[in-house]
Parts: sequence; structure tokens; C-alpha cells
Amino acid sequence: MTEHIVVVGGGTGGTVLANRLAEKLGPEIERGDARVTLVSDDPDHVYKPTFLYVPFGKKTVEDAKRPLADLVDHAVDVEIDRVTGVDTDGKRLSLRDSGSTGYDQLALALGAQLVPEELPGLAEGGHHFYGPDGAQELRETMAEFTEGHLVLSVIGTPHMCPAAPVEFVLMADAWFRQRGVREDVEITYTYPIQRAHAIQNVADWASEAFEERDIDVETFFNADEVDPEAGVLHSMEGAELDYDLLVGIPPHEGSDLVTEAGLGDDGWADVDKHTLESDHAEDVYVLGDLADVPTSKAGSVAHYEAGAVADRIASRTRGETPTATYDGKTVCFIESGMDEATFVDFEYGTQPTVREPSKPVHWAKLGYNESYWLTARGLL
Amino acid sequence: MSETEHEPDVTVDSRGATCPGPLMDLIGKVKESDPGTVIELQTSDNGSKSDVPEWLDEAGHDLLEVVDHDDYWSMYVEIN
Repeated sequence: MTEHIVVVGGGTGGTVLANRLAEKLGPEIERGDARVTLVSDDPDHVYKPTFLYVPFGKKTVEDAKRPLADLVDHAVDVEIDRVTGVDTDGKRLSLRDSGSTGYDQLALALGAQLVPEELPGLAEGGHHFYGPDGAQELRETMAEFTEGHLVLSVIGTPHMCPAAPVEFVLMADAWFRQRGVREDVEITYTYPIQRAHAIQNVADWASEAFEERDIDVETFFNADEVDPEAGVLHSMEGAELDYDLLVGIPPHEGSDLVTEAGLGDDGWADVDKHTLESDHAEDVYVLGDLADVPTSKAGSVAHYEAGAVADRIASRTRGETPTATYDGKTVCFIESGMDEATFVDFEYGTQPTVREPSKPVHWAKLGYNESYWLTARGLL
Repeated sequence: MSETEHEPDVTVDSRGATCPGPLMDLIGKVKESDPGTVIELQTSDNGSKSDVPEWLDEAGHDLLEVVDHDDYWSMYVEIN
């Protein structure tokens, strides 16, 4: 009997997982004992960290994507289709275009979705760099912006790439300086809790950097309405900020599939944080941004989780007891301007140390962004 | 103390989440609730005992009571 493993999602988690499974289960796939299917509704794989550079003219939105078919091992069946339902009792998936398919082991890696419309006025009054259209529009607006008040507001929590808002304002500061207009541009960064970042050490480092660079910080600021006509951002705490250019990190949501399938009650999937196995269904794994685990929604997390999940699925396929686990490993590069960067790495329950930013780390980040395509192939 | 006179309208279970998870869960619930709503925030993170009251003070809501259940705390909050 052929063990059918279905991976849903063609982002970092799904693509790395499918490729790792092709590698680990090579002989089983060759013999017909196992089959791996990757289902994605997008024929392209998108590397979202690229979008941070688009507003500054350093990358294009096209740089962020490559055809999924070029990145996935030929031993994996790639189906371009959309999963519309998950039946974990019957072990079947409903598909938009091709009916349904059964599975023996399922991995969901659907990512997080942006929902700017959840905050009144944000879609009309705000910009963002978390998707191709938003990043491209912000690029054009930034190119014309030579004076006024730029407000970056972290609105959605949890949100993808928790370092990116900090990076954006530090890069904007350096970029406006390079363009000779920094004296005419005021920059304010807002964050929902009492410090500048969820991770204490990153907050301490960022606060110092913001002070050095004359970037104002508003903490305990939970935006609850944007008034695009007046150019005012209102907070739940009763504060108001006038802006000329608003960059808002949009609210995010998980997936209705998760809620409808009983895998979590708010769109994010409840999983064991070490095994990534669903709390609510047998033979179901959830990884990447969709999984509710106590670390960042970051590409590195999806990448390392995929390694552990591939190992567990491969063991189970061979009739072995799975032993691989994910320990919360997270690595984030943090740009601290246009030509320097630092990075943090940590696991569950540990605080990262933020190292002094340097040019070599900036080059390493740019270099990694290129070699990312090897990560997606499961090689790095 | 493990008894309380407060009847929550809604309970937010953030046990097991680490800072700032419980506070963010509370803020999310406050955002979608009406004035007068009483929320019970269940948290096992020690940091909640300082960051939750600090935010409530900032946002103008009331902390009615904190009940210690040994392995977690119930923080009763009323929205103004």
C-alpha cells in the first residue's frame, strides 16, 4: 500500500518540507511505497523578506518569486489547486478544481494572510510592505516623499517577520539621510505593548538605535482607526498621531480551513510546539506561520520546523517511532540601516543577544536572500 | 485565595503563552468587546502581573481582581 503524504502550501514551510520528504523517502517513493503531493494555489513560490527592500528601490517584486515547479524535486507531485476543506476523520481534502484527495499523513503550511480591512480606514489611508502590491505602491510613495511625518505603526499582532518594522524605520532613516531630506522628515514608530518590541533584548537595542537616530517611539499604542481624510491615526488608548505617510503593519489572520476542520478556534492551528502535530487530529502536522507556537512567524521558523516534520513523517512512513523535534530555533537578520545589519538567534524560552551591527552581516543578509533559493530546494 | 465574586462575560485562556502573548490576547479581546464587559484573563506568565495593569492604566480600563490559582492567575478586567 502506498503511503500518501500531502503537503498543503507552497511557501517556505511547504516547499522545504516537500523537498526534504523527497530526499528522506527517496527509496520508498521509487518503490511506490510512498507518494508526496504538494498542493498550492499559486504556481509561484514567493520569498516575502524581499518586499522589505522594494520601497527603497533595492529589489523588485519580481525578485521575490520563482516558479514552484523549478524549486520542487521531481519526485514530488505538484498540484496547482486550492484546498477548500479538510476532513480529518475521513482523511480527505476537498479541492476547488479537482474534486478531492485522500491522505495518510497531512502537513498544512498555509501561511498567514493580510487583512488590512479589519482596521477601519487602514486600506484607504495606509501603506505596507508585506505583499507585492503594497510594497510596489509604497515604493512609488517613498520616491515622492521628501518632507513630512512618516508613521510606522505595528497594528497586527501576531504578524510575520517581527523584526521588519524595526528594520523599516532604521532603513528609512538612513535612506532619507542619503537623499538629503532627513531634516525635513519626522519618523515615528508605534508598538502595542510597553516597549518597542515583543522580545525584551530586541526592544532595548531598538530603543537605543531609535534615540540615536531621532526616531520617536510611541508604546502602548494599539491603532483602532485611521482617518485618511484628516491624516490621523487613532489608538485604543486615546492617543492621536497626525501623519503624512502611514506605513501600517496590517492585521493578520490564519485560515478558515483550520477553524472549520476543528484544528484551532481562531484560524491559527493548535499544535504540540515540539512535534508540530495537531492537538486535535491524528496524522496532521501544521508548520510555518499557521501554527500557533511561542516563537516568531518567520521564514527561519518554517524552515527549521520543516526539517523536524519531514523527519517525523519519514519515520512514521517507514513504521518507525518518530524522534525528531523542533526546539524553537529562530534566526532573524535585522537591517540597522542601508549598509549595516545584525542578527539574532534563539530557541524556546531563551532571549537572543543583539550583536553590534556591521557591514559583513548586512552583506550576509543580502547573500542569504540569494541563497534562499537553495533553502527552498531543501539543500541549505 | 482562589474564589472570586466576579462573573466574567468572557474568558481568555492564555495559559502557557509567554510575554507579551497574554497582554496581546487581552488587547485583542478588549478591541472587540463593549464597555461594561468583564473579561477573565488566565495567564501563567509572571510578567502579566505588571504589564497588564500598566496597559489597563494607559487605556483607562479597570483591573477588578487578581486570583492566584497556584499554576496560573485569573485577572478580572472591566472595560470602560
